[in-house]
Amino acid sequence: MLAQRKVILMFFWLFISVFSTARANDSEKLDIMHHIQDAHEWHLWGGHSNPTSIYLPVILIDNGIKIFSSENFYHGIERKVVVEGGREEVYWEGVGPASGYAMMHEKIYKLNEGKLTFHGKHASNEMPLDFSITKNVLSLFIGAVLLLIIMLSTASYYRKNGAVAPRGIAKFIEPLIVFVRDEIIKPNIHGPKHTRYINFLTTVFFFILINNLLGMVPVFPGGANLTGNISVTLFLAVCTLIVTLLSANKNYWKHIFATPGVPLALLPIMIPIEIVGIFTKPFALMIRLFANMTAGHIIVLSLISIIFINKTEAWGLLSVPMALFISVLEILVAFLQAYLFASLSALFIGAAVEEDHH
Amino acid sequence: MDLVTPSYGLLFWTGLTFCLLLFVLAKFAWKPILKQVNERSKKIDDALKEAENAREEMKALHSENERILKEARAERDAILKEAKDAGTKMIEEAREKAKLEGTKLLEAAKSAIQSERNAALSEMKAQVATFSVQIAEQLVKESLTSEAKQQALASKLAEEIKLN
Amino acid sequence: MAVFGSVAAIGAGLAVLGAGMGIGRIGGSAVEGIARNPEASGKIQTAMIIAAALIEGVALFGVVVGMLGASE
Repeated sequence: MLAQRKVILMFFWLFISVFSTARANDSEKLDIMHHIQDAHEWHLWGGHSNPTSIYLPVILIDNGIKIFSSENFYHGIERKVVVEGGREEVYWEGVGPASGYAMMHEKIYKLNEGKLTFHGKHASNEMPLDFSITKNVLSLFIGAVLLLIIMLSTASYYRKNGAVAPRGIAKFIEPLIVFVRDEIIKPNIHGPKHTRYINFLTTVFFFILINNLLGMVPVFPGGANLTGNISVTLFLAVCTLIVTLLSANKNYWKHIFATPGVPLALLPIMIPIEIVGIFTKPFALMIRLFANMTAGHIIVLSLISIIFINKTEAWGLLSVPMALFISVLEILVAFLQAYLFASLSALFIGAAVEEDHH
Repeated sequence: MDLVTPSYGLLFWTGLTFCLLLFVLAKFAWKPILKQVNERSKKIDDALKEAENAREEMKALHSENERILKEARAERDAILKEAKDAGTKMIEEAREKAKLEGTKLLEAAKSAIQSERNAALSEMKAQVATFSVQIAEQLVKESLTSEAKQQALASKLAEEIKLN
Repeated sequence: MAVFGSVAAIGAGLAVLGAGMGIGRIGGSAVEGIARNPEASGKIQTAMIIAAALIEGVALFGVVVGMLGASE
């Protein structure tokens, strides 16, 4: 009975907190969106007035390559403009090597006669090609280095000891690799052809997994919402699409352009649908990973934000356990999404290389 | 809308990193690891098969041993039986022989005794005859020395005859 | 603008509702299938997760559209 009352009370709190979030002003809402998006700095701690951040290098291609620290924006000139709809927006005008550029919402614009011009809500200035080492890029590098360390040390264990029972890190990694091969690749890509796709699919699986897990670490080397960034998932989905199309056999194309068992009159309808279907599958892959990881980050951040929105530590009693619960759930999701991405990629590739059964 | 707009900077870096990772991991991680895993699973399969074979062989060997042991045991039994038989036979023979020898000896002894006895008897007879003759001689000599005695003897003899 | 955000949020909620029902049915059927045929549990699980992921993908489209509406 007591437990039941507790649960009811918790839901009541949650209800209130949701309303409080809804009441929160725009800057706090922006904060969550800001945290899940890319940035040119890696914010460690401190508020708006005295932040401690790692300022990452900005690399612009605009009549040659220009490299400078993003500090030149964040410690540049703060400018406020009122955009359409009456909302006040802030942008940073660069100083030093960054002069002539401005950054607004982490986007870098080229100043036109020393200022940004607005068209509606967005700046209409020219944008230089931005190849900066952003927070996500740095996180990507950290994840890649971690992955290399883990996998190469596993490989070196086998090189040193030969074909023996795994120990240490190999004991943890080997079952995962065998899982990817036996549970993801083999059931979806039939026959001996599956060996051709082991490299790609295993790399995809571990790339997503390590970046998902790194994203769940709240302090410095982690916390970037890399796999929840559309650019990363877009790239991975395009890879799957390319691999699928390159390995597609005659049977696959026949199913698209002359689906067996479909009357000739229906083909004009079927062919466009099938062609769209080629692209919707990887598109769904892209959106799934992006939305899952972003949603996870938003939920955790929202729960933590309850404390700051209400400005009382007491809310921590509710929000911290719930954030912890969601974080643990997100670890499951991290594995699940890596599994799903690799598994569905294998499914699509498997469908493309399937031999005719009719 | 920023959320779903890909940025080519990140796209570029992701592509670069992923391709490098794919290359390095494929060459230096997945290939050697899976090779070793396959090798190990093959090794384990082989070892299992070998163990199975060894067990079969052991079983065969065991039954062979059993057979040899059985044979040996049978042979031993046969030998023992033979030896026993031979022993019994020998003992029997020896006993027979001894018995025969004994009988023979006994026979010989008996005949010797008989002959001895016969000899002794005949000697005794001769002796007795001699003694008798001597006694008779002496008796005769003595009795016949006096008249009275001769008389008495005569009467005695006569009496004896009468009584008889 | 605020009204549009709220409408989008309702839309996202509806998408989640549909997906929840769909995934719930998949889960229920999968459990039933496993109960009837425990040997096939591995295959059923895989099929279940893939089907759930496909539905979830559709739901996430809705959620993303909702988020876009809210951030617009």
